[in-house]
Amino acid sequence: MIDTLSHLPRPDADATELAKNFSDLAPPLNARQAALESARCLYCYDAPCINACPSDIDIPSFIGSISHDNVTGAAQTILSANILGGSCARVCPTEILCQQACVRNNEKECAPVLIGLLQRYAIDNAQFSEHPFKRSAATGKRIAVVGAGPAGLSCAHRLAMHGHEVVIFEAREKSGGLNEYGIAKYKLVDDFAQKEVDFLLQIGGIEIRHGQKLGDNLTLTELHQQFDSVFLGLGLAASKQLGLADENAAGLMAATDYIRELRQTDDLSQLPVANRCIVLGAGNTAIDMAVQMAKLGARDVNLVYRRGLSDMGATDHEQHIAKDNQVRLLTWAQPETVLLDDAGKVRGMRFAKTRMENGRLSTTGETFELAADAIFKAIGQAFDNNSLSDPLAAELKRAGERIWVDENLRTSIAGVYAGGDCTSLDQDLTVQAVQHGKLAAEAIHSTLSLKVEAA
Amino acid sequence: MADLSIEFAGIKSPNPFWLASAPPTDKAYNVVRAYEAGWGGVVWKTLGEDPAAVNVSSRYSALYGPNREVMGINNIELITDRSLEINLREITQVKKDWPDRALIVSLMVPCVEESWKYILPLVEATGADGIELNFGCPHGMPERGMGAAVGQVPEYVEMVTRWCKTYSSLPVIVKLTPNITDVRLSARAAHRGGADAVSLINTINSITSIDLDMMVAHPIVGSQSTHGGYCGAAVKPIALNMVAEIARDPETRGLPICGIGGIGTWRDAAEFVALGCGAVQVCTAAMLHGFRIVEDMKDGLSRWMDSKGYTSLNDFSGRAVGNTTDWKYLDINYQVIAKIDQDACIGCGRCHIACEDTSHQAIASLKQEDGTHKYEVIDDECVGCNLCQITCPVDDCIEMVVQDTGKPYLNWNEDPRNPYRVAS
Repeated sequence: MIDTLSHLPRPDADATELAKNFSDLAPPLNARQAALESARCLYCYDAPCINACPSDIDIPSFIGSISHDNVTGAAQTILSANILGGSCARVCPTEILCQQACVRNNEKECAPVLIGLLQRYAIDNAQFSEHPFKRSAATGKRIAVVGAGPAGLSCAHRLAMHGHEVVIFEAREKSGGLNEYGIAKYKLVDDFAQKEVDFLLQIGGIEIRHGQKLGDNLTLTELHQQFDSVFLGLGLAASKQLGLADENAAGLMAATDYIRELRQTDDLSQLPVANRCIVLGAGNTAIDMAVQMAKLGARDVNLVYRRGLSDMGATDHEQHIAKDNQVRLLTWAQPETVLLDDAGKVRGMRFAKTRMENGRLSTTGETFELAADAIFKAIGQAFDNNSLSDPLAAELKRAGERIWVDENLRTSIAGVYAGGDCTSLDQDLTVQAVQHGKLAAEAIHSTLSLKVEAA
Repeated sequence: MADLSIEFAGIKSPNPFWLASAPPTDKAYNVVRAYEAGWGGVVWKTLGEDPAAVNVSSRYSALYGPNREVMGINNIELITDRSLEINLREITQVKKDWPDRALIVSLMVPCVEESWKYILPLVEATGADGIELNFGCPHGMPERGMGAAVGQVPEYVEMVTRWCKTYSSLPVIVKLTPNITDVRLSARAAHRGGADAVSLINTINSITSIDLDMMVAHPIVGSQSTHGGYCGAAVKPIALNMVAEIARDPETRGLPICGIGGIGTWRDAAEFVALGCGAVQVCTAAMLHGFRIVEDMKDGLSRWMDSKGYTSLNDFSGRAVGNTTDWKYLDINYQVIAKIDQDACIGCGRCHIACEDTSHQAIASLKQEDGTHKYEVIDDECVGCNLCQITCPVDDCIEMVVQDTGKPYLNWNEDPRNPYRVAS
């Protein structure tokens, strides 16, 4: 994957210095900070923050528990709504969710209560003597979960709680999905994704089989026959294409592929660095890519987007992170030509300037060139159609390219559910995927329970 | 998890958290919501003789902390303003629907035997688990010869308690007023009358604040006001002391105590239990935050008990009573001195100014080259009063360090400096 950049130099900084660059972006609160911050919570009734949380965490209650010196109770409150509350505390865009909604998020009140950091404090400092959730009596039902990402893990845990047996089929070597492979390294440090998976599996009744990929060595037809229900948490495995000539040239790759390598490497100093690079896109992945390249030592990082700053998917908070790391945000320019050197390697890109004309994006006729040693595409993820190639999977109703589901996460095929990014429902966020998994598990459980009663 | 269930004066409850007789327990709707939220029991808002009391508007006022935190509430509401018949019917139904929860009925009728003889069988017929005698209400009712007017006269307390034991087979809890000079006299009277338990404290006579434009106290009724009953976090220290006084009084030793007064968290409850309470009642905290607070109270108490290895409330109930004594038995040779953790100090200077202006000039303010100040305790001047530690906004920054004086335990009775000392 990263072979396409093998001609590039390695970072100037040594491994120790690089490790420092990739340390916790938002360091955890200490006990005093947590006490002060929790005391700022007004313990609202019908709290706006809860309404803003896709996973329905009872935020005032858990903050109240922290304030009353009941940190473990706080953690239990969080985990009972969101079993991946630890990673969500780190990766959630709280600035557009709970903290946006906080009643103290105005000038008079100074700032919103730091809900994300308090949540992390509770999870990190809880002292459970055993796994905090108990399994109900065994139901004898077996459920297949495809994908060990946030949606699949959340679904599996809730199903296990209800007494079902779960087998998770995961294509990659490790569980965790984007938490393990896709989130910027400085947002989830210390191998947290794996620790969280280990914690979640403590409940028992969940088996994970790695190297199992739908459309490759696994079919929905088989799963549907062999299990009582199936949950699809496939994510969006493919990166969108630019549709330009020379898109496969050395020096051009998908940002997600690079980030995955970066997340898995033991030695950051061995990664290829593009001293001058271009990141195409406007979402959080584009920001993650640009910032990480800057942290590796790239001197000239340009993030180029065809529309304006206010249209960017990345939040203000994320844009600030980019600016803090000397990433230049160039707007109103769209890729036109990949520029290659004599050896066929990327040397830059030509962009067409754009503007809005009668409500439509159009080019102005002007162009400019940016020199670059590498170009990273972060223009969005796409559905991997191979995964739904078997006869039964092909029948799944789609919404656009994604899987259609109803509000109970049911697909068009009875007994098959789906959640997370692979569905068309809601925003593509970790916390949303967790909620989908949880709700799907509840739907599966109630359907299977009804069947038992009827039988 | 620890077992929070209790049996208090013969009344079983799944947890020690009861709602006190007050607006939150005024009617079936509230009580059912409380049980649904997980409260172990309720004391139904005080019943009286018909015609029912009539209330005024407005009724509450509060003392606030700097962040508009409510420190205490003052109220001038009377006993139930609904008919006896409605209340009894609702109590019967609620008890039937919630058999595992404690339901105690608070009562206040005139200080006449016939009145008690009439109402007690009606209450017993509801299936309620016990009765609580409201001898404490400090406003409105005393003017009618009830409430605190009874509670302030030990002879009346004893007499009415005896009537209740005569005309009812239910456990009788006597609720004590703090508006007296020595709460032990009331507790002893209740004990003599045959009370199964006492509960305390009822509210304290109070005026929370004055509207300086209208020149009238809060809560305002037209252009006037009156004193009310004070409750909430601010009264907890008074309640704890009164509970301790009764717990360590030889005449009432072993009499079950239900703690009331400023309980809002599991820790508050644990403190009352440590001073000998077998159950606690909560009102103000629920009125400020809703019934949901009981979840963290149960959870927090249970987790704390687990961390201490306590399996039931009995394991630590009364553990702090023996360590509560009279001043004259304290060790006059014991000495502590303040120590400031310079790494933790944020340099606010509060300890210095408090000691300099109002205590023993024992904290030096040392100006540093960079313009900041360093604060250091002058050991020879420090008397170990705790004031600096109290003013410090940083937890554990100022420690009171026990000094090795090399002197043995010596109390004031034995101290040669005491002209009235008891010769040993």
